Amino acid sequence: MTLQTSSVVTLHINGEKHTLPVDHRTTLLDALRERLDLTGTKKGCDQGQCGACTVLVDGRRTVACLQLAVATEGREVTTIEGVADGDRLHPVQQAFLDLDGYQCGYCTPGQICSAIGMLAEHAAGWPSAASGDVRPAAGPTPLTADEIRERMSGNLCRCSAYTSIVEAVERAAETADSIKAGAPVESGAAA
Amino acid sequence: MKEFDYRRAPDVMGAVTLLDNDPDARYLAGGTNLVDLMKSGVERPARLVDVRELPLDRIEPSPDGGLHVGATVSNSDLAAHPEVRSRYPMLAQAVLAGASGQLRNMATVGGNLLQRTRCAYFTDTTKPCNKRDPGSGCPALSGEHHNHAILGASESCVAVHPSDMAVALTALDAVVHYETAHGQGEVRLDQLYLPVADTPHRETALPAGALITGISLPPVSVAAHSRYRKVRERASYAFAIGSVAAALDVRDGVVRDARLAFGAVASRPWRARTAERALIGAPATAETFAASAEAELAAARPLPHNGYKVTLMHNLTVAVLSELTEAVAR
Repeated sequence: MTLQTSSVVTLHINGEKHTLPVDHRTTLLDALRERLDLTGTKKGCDQGQCGACTVLVDGRRTVACLQLAVATEGREVTTIEGVADGDRLHPVQQAFLDLDGYQCGYCTPGQICSAIGMLAEHAAGWPSAASGDVRPAAGPTPLTADEIRERMSGNLCRCSAYTSIVEAVERAAETADSIKAGAPVESGAAA
Repeated sequence: MKEFDYRRAPDVMGAVTLLDNDPDARYLAGGTNLVDLMKSGVERPARLVDVRELPLDRIEPSPDGGLHVGATVSNSDLAAHPEVRSRYPMLAQAVLAGASGQLRNMATVGGNLLQRTRCAYFTDTTKPCNKRDPGSGCPALSGEHHNHAILGASESCVAVHPSDMAVALTALDAVVHYETAHGQGEVRLDQLYLPVADTPHRETALPAGALITGISLPPVSVAAHSRYRKVRERASYAFAIGSVAAALDVRDGVVRDARLAFGAVASRPWRARTAERALIGAPATAETFAASAEAELAAARPLPHNGYKVTLMHNLTVAVLSELTEAVAR
């Protein structure tokens, strides 16, 4: 069998179609940054361990460094560039701004995309390792600080801004209904 | 990374046909382990057959009253499923104890079973490793082995299996279903991983080219009262240094039924059958739990730097069984 080592793929990113040839080795992360100039998604460890490259694929948080671009064809990708509604920030973005959920900012796009995905997971009733009793009869788990820390443990912050990251996610969770509906709210409304 | 061909499988037989028993080809599902190993050069496939979009993504009741879990169900969906959480809580807990939210969304049930050890010598291509390069030696024996095996290892390899999910599945007697060019097959989870012996590079009993299509969870009533507890070097997002999956049925102070499996102690999830025999029919006391753990761990052969795991597994077993007993009493 002859080996074909590249393909022309059409990627759906932030509601736009991009058709481009990719070497099969290209990760979604490298396609976003090097080919499509969407440099908001950051490369940290490139091994799936730090979460800096977190994007949403079909609405679910995903590390783009372990996702091959060619395997992403037909799936809907949302990056940090696509979470706001024009000039109106996503409530998670606004909460990170209002509460200084960062220091250097390098991990922040991944933190925000991860938090958006995480809040949807929580709203869908998913338990976590911090939840104790996972049986549905135990009822939904309140999104405590411990729950946020556990659910966000895939996103590292070298500046260790975790205290304010947790506060920002708590603030954003207060507008969970609007997040669940996927509708950005007015800037500052999260406060 | 080596260049590779990429094909998306149209259906299960199409996937098996595309792979064509080629030792240089690999099935790609979530890719959370395979793509990482390709980056580091541990895996150098010439062809990937993408099975992520195969219609194996359902969790359904099976005829025997258990559950059938498709191979491409994500770890997240498995752990979130109401039937899994109510009937097999230790399985949901085991999945939730592994990796991160992002990785659980990507990773599949079939891929989880076939992930490779995180032994640092295996993942470093500049080092010898009998698993990666048969006959080259095992530096872990005299090197870094504080998180290596205490049970069932050999002079050839002391690496541990990294999966949490598989520990719970082993305790549940789950059955793995697979497809080959010659038809379907199945293997019970405690028979899936081969003994290490002097062939650590041969890891599973799956025939060449087989594609895992799903897992059956039998109707295990004791599993409704179960727990997975994992000890690691940080609070979250780390591999286990020891874990216990336990299910316990206590009536009138006596253990009627028990399931027990250990993680991070062997090259495979370790079904603690010796301990189970010591538990069933005995009074549900801390003394019984300690004796059962001791009986299982009598076979432990720790290395110079992982003797702590024997004590850890003993204490962990007693703690989890005691918690389950207290929960019954309430």
